Amino acid sequence: MSVATSRGLQARKAPWAPLAKRATPYIVCVGGFLIAWQILSVILGEARLPGPINVVVQTWDPYISQPFYDDGGTSKGLGWQILISLQRVAIGYSLSAVVGIAIGGMLGMSRFIGTGFDPVVQVLRTVPPLAWFPISLMVFQDANTSAVFVIFITAIWPIIINTAVGIREIPQDYTNVARVLKLRKGAYIREIVIPATVPYVFTGLRIAVGLAWLAIVAAEMLKADGGIGYFIWDAYNAGGDSSSSQIVLAIIYVGIVGLLLDRLVAFAGRKFSKGAA
Amino acid sequence: MQTLTSAPSSQAVSNEPFLVIDGVSKVYPTPKGPYTVLDNISLEVAEGEFICVIGHSGCGKSTLLDLVSGFGQPTRGEVRLESVPIREPGPDRMVVFQNYSLLPWMSAAENVALAVNNVFPHLKRNGGARTIVDSHLAMVGLSEAADKKPGSLSGGMKQRVSIARALALQPKVLILDEPFGALDPITKEELQEELLKIWQEHKVTVLMITHSIDEALFLADRVVMMTNGPAATIGEILELPFPRPRQRSQLMEMPEYYDYRNRALDFLYRRFAHDDQ
Ligand SMILES: Nc1ncnc2c1ncn2[C@@H]1O[C@H](COP(=O)(O)OP(=O)(O)OP(=O)(O)O)[C@@H](O)[C@H]1O
Ligand SMILES: [Mg+2]
Repeated sequence: MSVATSRGLQARKAPWAPLAKRATPYIVCVGGFLIAWQILSVILGEARLPGPINVVVQTWDPYISQPFYDDGGTSKGLGWQILISLQRVAIGYSLSAVVGIAIGGMLGMSRFIGTGFDPVVQVLRTVPPLAWFPISLMVFQDANTSAVFVIFITAIWPIIINTAVGIREIPQDYTNVARVLKLRKGAYIREIVIPATVPYVFTGLRIAVGLAWLAIVAAEMLKADGGIGYFIWDAYNAGGDSSSSQIVLAIIYVGIVGLLLDRLVAFAGRKFSKGAA
Repeated sequence: MQTLTSAPSSQAVSNEPFLVIDGVSKVYPTPKGPYTVLDNISLEVAEGEFICVIGHSGCGKSTLLDLVSGFGQPTRGEVRLESVPIREPGPDRMVVFQNYSLLPWMSAAENVALAVNNVFPHLKRNGGARTIVDSHLAMVGLSEAADKKPGSLSGGMKQRVSIARALALQPKVLILDEPFGALDPITKEELQEELLKIWQEHKVTVLMITHSIDEALFLADRVVMMTNGPAATIGEILELPFPRPRQRSQLMEMPEYYDYRNRALDFLYRRFAHDDQ
């Protein structure tokens, strides 16, 4: 009791203390990383590898300070470029989520279809995203649609596979309950299959969003008007003084957005899986 | 199922006992050839009787009760309830599974309600379902915890929900597979007493597997003792003359109690001692 109150007092005296304690490892490690990077840049020469300070200085205006400038055409701020990429991901990823869950559901519910299509899924899922790009350019005759299709076809496999596995792995305890209650098909799907499978579906969705973001950056580097991948490739081709700094900055933004997408899907997953698994 | 549940109980005018296990054998095909688990078992159970099945691990107790619940089919012979052969699971033979089998995404009340709404759809419309759910949760002393998910219930509470769910469907036969095996001794005794009380009020026929001789002697009208597998049969049946309602302390003072206890011990640990003991 007395211990508890004295601890409470301590916490009130220095509310920042636990925060500082928790932040210490990040400050030390990230700081160490930045210092090592800066040293490496000095050794290699800042023209080949800009250090963190060069990156900030060289890209401050306009890339960091004005994320939403628009000079017309493809000359836009990094905020716009990321939004363009995100829009493509949103369309392709939503399509793959809808179609992937539907196909995965069928493969999971029917042993016949699940077994029969397994070889197709196993072969196609290992195809690297960019291998789909030429064929989709030929089919769609349009770079933007093709990029969206590449997102779709890249993201769909983990969704299909995880949905199907989730349904097949429904614990026998639950199916036994359904059998003894004689749940009708609709009620069985609504009350047991869906809630039991949601965590698996979100595992698939989370892998898929990472892959989709990987794929869009790569696809935009090959052929696109605008987008963060286009920005990187454009900066490389321009070959100006600050090109390498622009590329490094864009890479950092790509990483941060990828992380945010991952966390967003993980958060949604926790919201939707009500206590299951 | 329609015919089963709506059949008047006077249908058993054929003089056949309520529940008949008629010469059933269960043979599993295995890579090493057919493996006989149960060999020609017959048992007749009167309506409202409390039967405990006891026997060494692996002798086939669960297999036998699966034939009554309908989760398994006999290789030879048949099981009849009110003269109707059992072909599949159904809510007239509710099962209390050893691992509770509650759906983790539903609260205690929702788990019971799913069963009640599905088995008595007409009650759902006029709100009678809610009353049944509440009264059965109250019966097992769980009104307070009705809105909690299984994840935040103790083992004993989960088993209470499972019993409430089973009894809410007013089954003809209640099947329990080692329901209290995983519980601590105090909770176990509490639940045994509650089960007895409920059984007396509901006049339900109970088949229960247990590993505890004292549990069987406290609860049952008859204790069915099975021989060891393979090809297990019923070795001996103890008919218990103890008066009801039973009090544990009074029971322990009766000299006959120890006669029956010794007969069971003798059966299990001398005549049919496990090979590996
Ligand atoms: N699908 C199956 N195929 C082959 N053998 C099986 C199968 N299911 C059960 N058995 C065998 O049947 C025997 C009886 O199993 P059962 O589960 O009925 O035993 P039990 O008496 O309930 O044991 P316990 O007390 O451990 O629960 C065991 O030897 C088991 O290995
Ligand atoms: Mg068993």
